[in-house]
Parts: sequence; C-alpha cells; structure tokens
Amino acid sequence: MDFALDEELRMFQKMFRDFAQNEIAPLAETLDREERPPLETLKLAAEQGFLGAPFPERYGGAEIGTIGYCMMLEEIGKVCMSTAMIIEVHTSIAAMGIYLDGTEEQKQTYLKPLALGEKIGSFALTEPGAGSDAASVQTTAIRDGDEYVLNGNKIWIINGSIAGTFVVFARTDPEKGARGITAFIVEKDTPGFTVGRNEKMMGLRGVPVATLFFDDCRVPAANILGGEEKLNQGFVTAMKALDYGRLSVGAICLGVAQGALEAGVQFACEREQFGGPIALKQAIQNFIADAATEIEALRYLVYHTAWMVDQGQKYTREAAMAKLFGAEVAGRVVNNMLQTHGGYGYTKDYPIERIYRDVRASRIFEGTSEVQRFVIAADILGERGLKIRP
Amino acid sequence: MDFTFPKEYQLLRRMVREFAQNEVAPLAREIDEKKEIPRQLIDKAARLGLLGVPFPQKYGGMGAGETGYCIVMEELNKVCGSLAVIIGAHIGIGATAIYLDGSEELKKKYLTPLARGELIGAFALTEPGAGSDAASIRTRAERDGDDYVLNGSKIFITNGKLSDVVSLLAVTDPSLGARGGVTAFVIEKTFPGFSTGTEEDKMGIRGSDTTELILENCRVPKENVIGEVGMGFITFMKTLDLGRLSLGAACLGAAQLALEASVKWARIRHLFGKPIAHKQSIQFMIADMATEIEALRSLVYRTAWLVDTGQPFSREAAMCKLYGSEVLHRCVDRAVQIHGGMGYMRDYFIELMYRDARITEIFEGTSEIQRIVIASDIFRQEGVRISP
Repeated sequence: MDFALDEELRMFQKMFRDFAQNEIAPLAETLDREERPPLETLKLAAEQGFLGAPFPERYGGAEIGTIGYCMMLEEIGKVCMSTAMIIEVHTSIAAMGIYLDGTEEQKQTYLKPLALGEKIGSFALTEPGAGSDAASVQTTAIRDGDEYVLNGNKIWIINGSIAGTFVVFARTDPEKGARGITAFIVEKDTPGFTVGRNEKMMGLRGVPVATLFFDDCRVPAANILGGEEKLNQGFVTAMKALDYGRLSVGAICLGVAQGALEAGVQFACEREQFGGPIALKQAIQNFIADAATEIEALRYLVYHTAWMVDQGQKYTREAAMAKLFGAEVAGRVVNNMLQTHGGYGYTKDYPIERIYRDVRASRIFEGTSEVQRFVIAADILGERGLKIRP
Repeated sequence: MDFTFPKEYQLLRRMVREFAQNEVAPLAREIDEKKEIPRQLIDKAARLGLLGVPFPQKYGGMGAGETGYCIVMEELNKVCGSLAVIIGAHIGIGATAIYLDGSEELKKKYLTPLARGELIGAFALTEPGAGSDAASIRTRAERDGDDYVLNGSKIFITNGKLSDVVSLLAVTDPSLGARGGVTAFVIEKTFPGFSTGTEEDKMGIRGSDTTELILENCRVPKENVIGEVGMGFITFMKTLDLGRLSLGAACLGAAQLALEASVKWARIRHLFGKPIAHKQSIQFMIADMATEIEALRSLVYRTAWLVDTGQPFSREAAMCKLYGSEVLHRCVDRAVQIHGGMGYMRDYFIELMYRDARITEIFEGTSEIQRIVIASDIFRQEGVRISP
C-alpha cells in the first residue's frame, strides 16, 4: 500500500496546476459571458500534449496513465469546468472509444490526430428518445454496397460544433435492441451530416452543445469502429468508453469541489460580520469541515479507481461511484460555498456564481445520478446472481 | 501509488474475520441482552494478539501498525459493537496514551501486559463538566512526597468497570490551564482511594460498560506520570487523533455489514411478486450505501497509511471519525428501512446494529467537535485562529 504520489506524478501535478492557473483560469469568466469555447486554450493544450494524455505515445498520446490524466482534469476543473468538460469528452469518451475498440488502422488514422490535438473529438449517443435509456437509439445506419447510410438526429452533443471526428452510434439491426447498435467514425465534412446551433444552457456556457443531423449521410463500411467484426457491438463500446468517462467526470468534480472550497475558505477569512471574519462562526466552519471531509473521501475514491484502470482491473462499479459521489459532493460543496459567500455569491463579481450553474450539469450528463445508482446496484446484485433492469 | 493490501494484512483480515464470524457473532445478541461480555471471549482475542495490534512486538504487540489495527476494528465491529468498543478503549486510547508518551519503564510495566491482554485498559478524560470541552477538567492531582494524591471523578468511562489500569487526566497546576497545568497518569484500579461508581444503562454497545470513576485521596506514584508533568493534555489529544482513525475503521466495518445484510435481504424478500431488489427505491439505497462505503474505505486506509509513514494526520483522522460515523448512521438507517418490520425486531441483528451505531457520532469527540478540529486546521493554514 502506498498512497504517495511518485516524483513523476508530482511533476505532472505541478505542470497541470501551472497551466490551469496561467492559461485557463483567466479565461473562465469570459467563456461564460461570451458563451464560446476556449479554442485558444485547446491549441495550447494540444502543444503540451494535454489532449491525448492517457494514450500511448505510438498513437500520439502523452502516456501519463489514468491517475495522471485524472489529476489533469482535476486541476482544470478547479478553475474552469467548461474547459475540463470539452477536454474530457474529447479524450475520455470520443478518442477513448477509438482507442479501446478501434482497429490499428483506425487508431493511426483517427486516434492519432485527436491525441495530438489536431482535431477535437465528439461522442454522439443521446437522441430525443434515447439518453439514459441508451439502448433505444433510433438513428439508423443501413448498408448500401461498401457504405452505410445514416439517418436521424443526435441531441445535446458536447463539442458538436468544434469537433472534427465523431463517434456516432446508430442502429444497424432494428430487431435487436442494444445488440443492434453499431459505432461509426464520422468526419465533420461528410456529406449529409450537419451540425445545428449551440444550445443555450444554465451553465457550462463555454461548452458547445449541439444537435447533429444525419440526412442520408454516407459513411464507408470501413468506418465501423473496430471494423466489420464489431458490427452490432457499438453498445458495448459506448459502455466501456462511458466507464472511463464517468471516472473522468468524478475527477473533474473533485477539482470543482476543491476550487469552490478554496474560494469559500478565502472568502470566510476576508469577510467580516459582527466584528470579525465569518470564519469564526461555527455555521461557516461546519460548511468548510463537511466540504473538506467529503472532498478527501472523493479524492481517494477517484485515485483508487484510476489506479484500478491502470492495473487492468474491472472498474465499472467504481467509475459509477466516482461519477455519482463526485457530482453529489461537488453539488453540495458548491451550494454551501455559495451560501458562505452570502449575497456576493449570487453576483457575477465572484466565480462561485458561475461554478454553481456549471456544477448542476454534473448530476445529469454522461449518465444521471439515477443511472449511476442503477449501474452500481446492478453490479452488486449481479455479483450475487440477480439480474435487474432499469 | 499502490492500493494493494500486502499479503500479511490480507492474512490478518482473514484471521480476524474467522474469529469474528465463528466466535463473536453467535454471542452478539446475548452480549447485548446480558449487558456483559464473556471474559473468555476477551481472553481468546488476547491469545490471537488482538489486544495489542498496533504496538511493536517488543512491547508485546502484534506490530501490525495502524493499518493492521484498522483492519481489526473494521472486522470486529461488523459483528459486535460492544467488543469493538471495548478493544477500541483498551488499545485505541487507553494503551495508546502510554505508548505515545510513556517512559520506557512505564511501557514495560503497563503497555506490555496491556498489549498481551493480561491487563485491560481504559482512558479517563470526561467529567461532569468536561467532555467535548476537555480543557475544563477539575480532577485534581497534588504532589505529596513521591506520590500524587488525586481527587475528583470521571464519568462515561468505557471499560471503567472491566479495566485493570486507566490512563487518566488530572490538573496538576490550576494556574496554568490545559497547556502546562494538566498531567496524564496511569492508575491501577487497586490503588487505595480508587473506586468505580454508577454504571450507565445505554441504548446500545450494552456489552461494554460505561462507568463512573471516583478518586478519593487516591495515591499514585510519580513514576506513573505519562510523559512530562503538565503535558498531559497534549498526550491525550494525540491519543484521541489515533482513536478517531480507528473508530472510522470500525464504522466502515459495520456499514459494510449493513450493506451486505441489505443486499441479502433484498434478494430473498418478495413483494408484489418479485424480490424487492427489483425495486428502484431499494436499488438506489444500496447504491448510495456502497458508494459512501467505498469513499470511506479509501479515506480510512489512506489516513492509516499517513500514520504508518509518520506523516501528520490530525485533520484526516477527524474526517475518518466524522465521515465514518455519519456514513454508518445513514447505512444502518437504510438497512432498517430495507428490512422493514424485520429490521425493528429484536430477534434480528439489524436492530442491534442500529442502536450500537448511534454512539459513534457522540463518543471520542462528537461530530461537532470533529468539524471544529477539521475547520480549525484548515483556517490555521490561512492564518485565522478559531476557538470552539
């Protein structure tokens, strides 16, 4: 047992922290106000190798392992959740989907430019009738010679308007439910594929979230993720990528909560009421103590799960726990830190107002808290021979 | 980073689990009802080395460190809150005070037999007017020749009746307050002037006695001072840091059992034609329990690692106690709910767990005290000193 960060991880942590503080933090408020993605930051991140952090070097990645990658998301999440989410979807589910199940050729052709940050990735699963119930995908892909013809809409797709490469899930067998879904790699300029306008959201306003339209969009059969042998196995790819994504979101939430706590502590020391700093009030101290405790518990839940990934262990349950606990802790912490800020917390003068709006999404995207609870319970009960349905 | 438990810890866990399942669990209900723990159970635990887990072998201990001790507390508290509390008071605070600051002679004389289980220990801090506010103790120790003469009383003392020796805090210089004026002593129960008073009747942990200690001109040789005269408050606070961590581990064990029992019950209990495990309300309670337990487990063993590698751990230990007791509370409450009427019945162990669990938010520093410890540590780093 060794909970220490080795020399390399400590070095990475410092590098991520410096990058987040110097390059990302100063833009956070602007992205929110202007409702635009941080393209300039993504360019810098690409130069640093931050857009392919967990992938092997032979695919253009930085090969820093999942613990290192989680630390990166944590540090970015601490200062700007929008930027963290763009990088997370790009890396953890889009590029990771190709890395996990793609053919060697697809990895060279599509993963490499993603890992190098030459292109941004996106992951298109959700539809008007299929979100939490991912097996109900209606977008169709019908074979026509050497191609598949895609028809349907995907909604709420993160990175939709800035991505060059999309992993798109479509139905290739109408009879088979989850076992009739295939993952395709679709490039931005493919005829018949258009991206709609960005959604207007409560928070995460720096994240471009768009509808994708597929109108007789022809995709080469060679673009089936994993090749022909993975036909109708897209759901499995989606679930594997989402496992990685859930852990990643847990890491972002850890950063968001930590950032909010630090802001709350600082405010409590500076703000004076009844003749002294409000830090002297037990009501405030309780907020701080509870926040710090839950964050400490979350931190090692996240790192432990990341370690399991790097050890090649099964981690579906733990990833769902990291997402569930991360989102719930971050939600509570941010809410209590906003309360600590009082009226100032409700104004745009302090980042906590934006963070409060941003963090609310974490209990919803990449599987709601309810879906995570189902995944966890299904795994526990499944281990004891009972199969449950959502 | 490496989250693997080394083999020797896995073996220790297996050994304790077998003892707990085979020897302790069948007696848990009887222990609660008779308000007494069979002496042979404690002796059996002693023979297995469970009364000296964290202490070095040269003092009669198992030498398994805090990590090993947390494993033992986790496994024992799964089956019997009373036994875990007895061992917690004995090792976690009673003997630990001597281990941390006692002289070499004191360790040989008391720690070794304590660690071997030849003597049972206790830790006496709380008084009618001093519990959470530990600096307000009144018990007085006055120097008289080579002895100290102690007068006063201690209440709510775990193992007050069962123990043979007590680590006890008394005021040696009223003009100096907590820092400088308070001294820790090892007191043998046979010292003249020492007696036990009222034993409390409690909601839970009924097999562990909670008893008043009375000191009437009790003479204690000066050699029995733990550490330096006047430094007892610090010794006791350091001791409580370790106690808090091990209580977090104990909470982890009970919470885990509440979860396992709930899962088992949800599979066999049928309602509306199916096991209740098919209902989302039940599934989500199970998911929340499992998630919080997983987070608690990481927190506890990471803190134990901090101790075993010689790093500061006060804040983290308070977090283990606070979070552990609150997670346990939520878990046993959900377990009762999932078990429905059966969870309220005294012929089923969930009812006992529910009562036993409630103390963890109160003893060895209430949740409110833990929050003060955590918050003051955080604010101290920002240059703001908070007082309770």
